[in-house]
Amino acid sequence: MPAPIRLRELIRTIRTARTQAEEREMIQKECAAIRSSFREEDNTYRCRNVAKLLYMHMLGYPAHFGQLECLKLIASQKFTDKRIGYLGAMLLLDERQDVHLLMTNCIKNDLNHSTQYVQGLALCTLGCMGSSEMCRDLAGEVEKLLKTSNSYLRKKAALCAVHVIRKVPELMEMFLPATKNLLSEKNHGVLHTSVVLLTEMCERSPDMLAHFRKLVPQLVRILKNLIMSGYSPEHDVSGISDPFLQVRILRLLRILGKGDDDSSEAMNDILAQVATNTETSKNVGNAILYETVLTIMDIKSESGLRVLAINILGRFLLNNDKNIRYVALTSLLKTVQTDHNAVQRHRSTIVDCLKDLDVSIKRRAMELSFALVNGNNIRGMMKELLYFLDSCDPEFKADCASGVFLAAEKYAPSKRWHIDTIMRVLTTAGSYVRDDSVPNLIQLITNSVEMHAYTVQRLYKALLDDISQQPLVQVASWCIGEYGDLLVSGQCEEEEPIQVTEDEVLDVLEGLLVSNLSTPVTRGYALTAIMKLSTRFTSVNRIKKVVSIYGSSIDVELQQRAVEYNALFKKYDHMRPALLERMPIMEKTASNGPTEIVQTNGETEPSVVEAKHPPPVTQPTNQANDLLDLLGGNDVVPVIQNTVSTKPASAGGELLDLLGDLSLSGGTSPAPAPSVPTSQPSFFLDGLTSQPLFNDIAAAGIPPMTAYNKNGLKIDFTFERANPNPNIAVITIHASNSTEADMTDFVFQAAVPKTFQLQLLSPSSNVVPALNQGTVTQVIRVLNPQKQQLRMRIKLTYTHKGSAVQDLAEVNNFPPQSWQ
Amino acid sequence: MRFLLLFSRQGKLRLQKWFTPLTDREKKKVIRDMMMLVLARPARSCNFLQWRDLKIVYKRWYASLYFCAGLEDHDNELLALEVLHRYVELLDKYFGNVCELDIIFNFEKAYFILDEFLMEGEILETSKVAVGVSLEEADTLQEGEAKEAWRPLSAGAC
Repeated sequence: MPAPIRLRELIRTIRTARTQAEEREMIQKECAAIRSSFREEDNTYRCRNVAKLLYMHMLGYPAHFGQLECLKLIASQKFTDKRIGYLGAMLLLDERQDVHLLMTNCIKNDLNHSTQYVQGLALCTLGCMGSSEMCRDLAGEVEKLLKTSNSYLRKKAALCAVHVIRKVPELMEMFLPATKNLLSEKNHGVLHTSVVLLTEMCERSPDMLAHFRKLVPQLVRILKNLIMSGYSPEHDVSGISDPFLQVRILRLLRILGKGDDDSSEAMNDILAQVATNTETSKNVGNAILYETVLTIMDIKSESGLRVLAINILGRFLLNNDKNIRYVALTSLLKTVQTDHNAVQRHRSTIVDCLKDLDVSIKRRAMELSFALVNGNNIRGMMKELLYFLDSCDPEFKADCASGVFLAAEKYAPSKRWHIDTIMRVLTTAGSYVRDDSVPNLIQLITNSVEMHAYTVQRLYKALLDDISQQPLVQVASWCIGEYGDLLVSGQCEEEEPIQVTEDEVLDVLEGLLVSNLSTPVTRGYALTAIMKLSTRFTSVNRIKKVVSIYGSSIDVELQQRAVEYNALFKKYDHMRPALLERMPIMEKTASNGPTEIVQTNGETEPSVVEAKHPPPVTQPTNQANDLLDLLGGNDVVPVIQNTVSTKPASAGGELLDLLGDLSLSGGTSPAPAPSVPTSQPSFFLDGLTSQPLFNDIAAAGIPPMTAYNKNGLKIDFTFERANPNPNIAVITIHASNSTEADMTDFVFQAAVPKTFQLQLLSPSSNVVPALNQGTVTQVIRVLNPQKQQLRMRIKLTYTHKGSAVQDLAEVNNFPPQSWQ
Repeated sequence: MRFLLLFSRQGKLRLQKWFTPLTDREKKKVIRDMMMLVLARPARSCNFLQWRDLKIVYKRWYASLYFCAGLEDHDNELLALEVLHRYVELLDKYFGNVCELDIIFNFEKAYFILDEFLMEGEILETSKVAVGVSLEEADTLQEGEAKEAWRPLSAGAC
């Protein structure tokens, strides 16, 4: 068999291949040759063959048949063989193949080899791909080498130890004694790797961290020497002595100084020195400054030093080098929460970075800008951000739009400004707005009662211009449906009212229905809007016609809606005005949570006449349910409500998880009976039976009870029967606190079994004052159609004397009159 | 550092060093993503970008060769640029005015040099001189073996 071709020759040959197919053919041929050579167990050429295999592996071809050959090379006596063998092991093997364990013995022997370069190879391979089993077996050897005086081996052993610790954290203790005099080394390689090892140990174990704090003075000294020492050709990088070591020491100091006053104080001087003396003309100096800034911000540094750090970042922002600007923005983003005012000073520079050409910088600048928005600068910032939204790449638009909405919601100086801002976003970046913004916006518009006319007018005008941006179209059609009467009546205080006729409005909405640009969801909105206008406009016949046309639409969703609306015209015309009435104000519990619909006090609930003919109670609620779906957008109404705390109203789901088998009548649980929809009925049932919410409390003589009394918190229930519906019990909870400290962030949650439905209203406050000085009250309404025994599970959370308290309890002692 | 990749403008991999265990599939995905992201960057952009939870640092040398490293959150990006620069210097010193072809034809040497400089994603030796010395001595060992066997081989037995 002729000698296998040399590596270089193979590489040359493969590179002459002009097509992928040609290359594959050459590779296959060579692989076959290599395989037969392996079979012949030829020691001479094994090294060459494995090297060729590694090259082919890098090109992407399978090379697993060479794994065992690598092991044979490792076991060879020749250094040349070992070198390639270990490289092959690192490239072809990993801990997933059992084969790798066969290496363990070889590595063990080589760790004790007489030649340091062989030992080095073994340490390197172990540190690269050693599995946990291998590490466990060989940790002792590594530890031995960590104590050697040979600096070449010592530095490799240190990083190998880092690998062992990462793989098998329990072995960390065993390296502790060897670390004793690591820092007294003169050799920079050993110093650097020792600092890495110490860092790893401190990051993993608070005990180690405490133990190594005593090294702070030594580290400070080493760092000082590096800075003060003269030019050292061996370690110099652009005039700075061993920047790699400097940065590593700074990082270790950061970890040691965090949260510890004494250590932080010991480092103050050296940090100030580094911060002021480092040469900043080249990247390397800035790398050190960057690390210094990160350290200063993390430890308990004095305020002067912190200001120095932020100013360095401010200077970075003005640097010509893009990388440095990027790094500055990233760091400022990290510190903006803690040092908000200091970062604010650089706001204008940050805003300028929005105009930078570089994509990475723009993104960071955008994130940072949103973090800096507050009540004082909202107008100016929003102008810049909206300008950015106009001109930025599509990849930014969605995030920017969401950010603008959030910021506007938190800091809007006036409702009109808020609406204008929303309009601007919808018209400029309308198609990139997130889907969940649409219901949020609708809820916002609903709540700005005095702006309804202005809003609907502006939205109408926007629609006339452009119907391609779906979120805009959806919000606009919803508004027109709700406030179309304001639009045609021409009342608008904020700006010049436009003259619009009913037919023109219906033209626009019908246009949306037929347009190719409209998505099915948008069409749904449009159809519902048209339907709603039937109670606000006079041209009912036209609307009836449109609705009946879509009764045979191919789109199932549209068809269903149209059919139901038709039914509304025909059979339930008397209910139509009530069902299509203006939406009440929605209360929002969290800025990003789902909206929910709550009857508020004093809201004019339609006095709907109870259905005269006897459809079962479920049927109208079915339609009402659907309408609610359509009208309210997407989010289902969870009945359980948390108001004062900012937990999202999906507490219904949470409680389901936490309170076990007592299922909630929240929107998340399936309807118990097919015809009874989930949460809406309790809302609509109330409406339909013309209940004003807060009944006169005709105390039906039900005795109060104590539901919970633990740790100083007492919760009493008092009962009223909601007249005339005997199925609804109104319970008022009274929470009092007999301890000496207030209970803050008090949240009361309740869950009832499946056959009940429950509605929680806003609590009077979320602080239960100490020493019974006051009570928190909250009203619960329970619907009990099946007259079952009332049971309830309650969950209480509050903060008391600084710690969070949480408790679950079952309430079973309801007096029979409350549910019979 | 989680990984270090060298690849050409045409998307050919020249070196791959992984500092955490990944499956072959995952490695291929990372390589593909890196090539896609880095090669698409316009000239004169900043050398950093964000990918998943890693910071990616890349630099182009020798007209067509990209050096690309994946960093964890606590790694210093600016220093990483210096690390890449140091590796290039080491290659340059070893090969003498190195170019991409040197790295292609002597890829195993590129790995040996890297392994004397970095380990477990951290710097092993901060002195250029020290790295050079160890490489020279190791190569001498190899040559010594070759001479013993009376084979007219060059410093690489391959």
